[in-house]
Amino acid sequence: MIRTVTMALALAGLVSTAAVAQSGAGPTDPQIAHIAYTAGQIDIAAARQALAKSKNRQVRAFAQEMIRDHEAVNKQALALVGKLKVTPEANPTSAGLSKQGEQKLREMARLRGPAFDRAYAQNEVAYHKVVNGALSSTLIPQSDNAELKDLLQTGLRLFQEHQLHAEHLAQNLQGRRSKRK
Amino acid sequence: MAKYGKGRAAAALLTLSAALGTLSVANAAPARAAPKVHTIVMNKMAYGPSPTGLRAGDVILWVNKDMFRHTATARDKSFNVDLPAGKSARMIVKKAGLTNYYCIYHPGMKGQLAVAK
Ligand SMILES: [Cu+2]
Repeated sequence: MIRTVTMALALAGLVSTAAVAQSGAGPTDPQIAHIAYTAGQIDIAAARQALAKSKNRQVRAFAQEMIRDHEAVNKQALALVGKLKVTPEANPTSAGLSKQGEQKLREMARLRGPAFDRAYAQNEVAYHKVVNGALSSTLIPQSDNAELKDLLQTGLRLFQEHQLHAEHLAQNLQGRRSKRK
Repeated sequence: MAKYGKGRAAAALLTLSAALGTLSVANAAPARAAPKVHTIVMNKMAYGPSPTGLRAGDVILWVNKDMFRHTATARDKSFNVDLPAGKSARMIVKKAGLTNYYCIYHPGMKGQLAVAK
C-alpha cells in the first residue's frame, strides 16, 4: 500500500513537473496526445500481465475491461492524430510514465495468487487516480484542439469509472481475505 | 340532514360514476394504442435522456454510439442489455413503474425508466 501511494505521488510529481518544464506554457497537443496514449498503454500492459497470472474471475473480468476500454480510446486517439496530421511527441512525462509502468510490471511479476490480485487491484486504484488528476489538472485544460480536449474528457470519465470499479474490486478481494481468517 | 343528504349522496354517486366512466375510457384508449419505439443513446460514457411517455409494451431501442462496450442493466434485474461499441438492440418494456438501470462495466453510468401501465 505504501508502495502504491509512493508511486502515485511520484507519477503525480512527474506529470506536474513536466507540465511546468514544458517552456512555461505547459505541454503541447502532440505531447499531451503522447502522454494520454502512453497512460492507456501502461494500463493495457498491466491488464495483460493480470490475465497471464490471475485465476480470479473478478480480476480477469476487470483486466479484460481495461484492455477493451483503453484499446478503444487509444484507437480513437490514433485516428484523431492521423486526422489532425499531428505526430504524438515523446516527452519527459510520457517517458517517466513508461519507466514507472515497467518497474511496476517487474515488481508484480514476483507476486502470485491472491497477493498478486490484491496488489493489482490496489495499483489500479492508485494509477487511475493519478491519471485522473493529471487529466483534470493539466492535460485537459492545456489541450488546444477541441477534438483532442473532447476525447480527453471522455477519457477522464472512463478513468473515473475504472477507478470506482477498481475500488470495488479491491474491497471485494480484501473482504474475501478477512472472511478466510 | 338525512333529507337532502340522500339527494346529495345520489348526485355525488352519479357524478362519481360518470367520472369513473370517463376514467376507464381514458385508461382503455392508450392501452390499445400501438406500441411506440423510443431510442436511448449511449455515448461518451453516458446515457442519453430517458424517453417520456413510456408505456408497458413499448419498445426501447438502445443505441451504443460510444467507442466502449456498455450495458443497460436493471437494478431489479428485470432487463440486461449488453452492447459492444457501435451496436444497438431492441427491448420490449414489460414492467410498469420506475426502474433504475446502470452499466455493469461503468457503474457511474446511471439512468431511470418511468413506465406507465
Ligand atoms: Cu459502460
